[in-house]
Amino acid sequence: MADVEAVVFEIVAQQAHVEPSALHRTTEISSLNLESLDIVEIIFEIEERFDISLLYNANEASSTGGGSFQTVGEVIDYVAKHVDQPGGRKP
Amino acid sequence: MNRVAITGIGVISALGQNTRAMSTALKSGKSAIGPLTVIPTGELLVKIGAEVSDFDPLAHFDQKRLALLDRCAQFALVAAREAILASGLNFHGELGARSAAIVGSGVGGMSTLDDNFRRLYAEGAKRFHPITIPKMMISAAVSHITMENGIKGPAFNVASACASANHAIGIAYQMVRAGTVNVAVAGGTESVFTLGTLKAWEAMRILAFDTCRPFSRGRMGLVLGECAGMFVLENFEHANARGAEIFGEIAGFGMSSDAGDIVLPSLDGAASAMRACLADCGMAPEAFDHINAHGTGTTMNDVTESRAIRAVFGGHADRLSVSATKSLHGHALGAAGAIELAATLLAMRDGFTPPTANFIERDPDCDLDYVPNVTRNAQINMAMSNSFAFGGLNAVLAVHR
Repeated sequence: MADVEAVVFEIVAQQAHVEPSALHRTTEISSLNLESLDIVEIIFEIEERFDISLLYNANEASSTGGGSFQTVGEVIDYVAKHVDQPGGRKP
Repeated sequence: MNRVAITGIGVISALGQNTRAMSTALKSGKSAIGPLTVIPTGELLVKIGAEVSDFDPLAHFDQKRLALLDRCAQFALVAAREAILASGLNFHGELGARSAAIVGSGVGGMSTLDDNFRRLYAEGAKRFHPITIPKMMISAAVSHITMENGIKGPAFNVASACASANHAIGIAYQMVRAGTVNVAVAGGTESVFTLGTLKAWEAMRILAFDTCRPFSRGRMGLVLGECAGMFVLENFEHANARGAEIFGEIAGFGMSSDAGDIVLPSLDGAASAMRACLADCGMAPEAFDHINAHGTGTTMNDVTESRAIRAVFGGHADRLSVSATKSLHGHALGAAGAIELAATLLAMRDGFTPPTANFIERDPDCDLDYVPNVTRNAQINMAMSNSFAFGGLNAVLAVHR
């Protein structure tokens, strides 16, 4: 879980052009100026890094552009839930 | 300025392999989206689409000809043949030089490209078939239409992603209207059901896993479709003089560019294309009773488009039927505008209003009349057909009876 957290912070930070240390579990995605395509790129990076497949669909995104995630912590939890399953979620 | 009549329509799509089949399917309101069978889906997360099933190329082309034709060019020729046959025109002669062929396609011969690249990268092929380039090039379809029919005037392919066909038909309309040509064969073709293309689409995370539900609450994105739609656009006097059957008239064409984002839709860009179309028609918004929406089924498009329609049509927006036929025939990308114009014209001719299928529940952010699920026995007299492409390239056509 700690690994997941560090890696998600790193990936989100890179996409949001901020330092990883500036991110916390409670950081609001909407405060990071991330658009829906940025979230899609974050999911892609996570899949590549953990070699998992996530059935993420950007249409679950809220109008704030944060995907279905409100906070960075929610992204971490989402990944952590799937990272232990080999191959991640499959349809 | 010449009036521009539509004297031929031809289609091939998941809704049927000719206009009669398509009109029946459209009227039934049954979505043609289903499990993909034309390619193996084992490596895909999204396993649905609107494919032209049971298509037998050898019923249309001999073996030698077929070797030259990517699936998208096959579709283009099948649709063009039906449209030209319906028009009763023959281009072999003087008319050929006074005629244009303009086709919209977003990507061209993807099957050919995918097959060959797989052979090269995965199967260690040493060489490609010599016809690979002329088969995959995006303009191959329009070239084959000119060759088969002797069309010798202006001919080219238009690529503007999901607005390609509307741009192609719109430019053809302008050329006939201006008198540059007497007749134009115009439309769109697209066939993207290859593993490589679908993996790329999957990566965007905007494909629905279940089905396409434009404007409905619970929509989960778009569903890809393959198809071609072709039209014969003819100088109205020319058509009238020879007693041709007229399916409808093109009333106007409007274009705009968002100059904004490479994927996000823009209310201003969409509205500006519809306004340009209205201005081109010289008609008040009240003259319209129907819109075939771009209506992709993504969260973003459907809200933006609904707001743009309201911004352009004001109070009259509530009196428009707004159908998203992508729910029936899928999103045909570069051919979308063609199959949707065909849907509009066939519904107009046959006296019904096509529904938006797979509609579950009203989305408070989409507040127009989307003709949910059930076909209406309501005559369309004047309609707009919207296409708003990735990269902000917008093209809107208007037609009337």
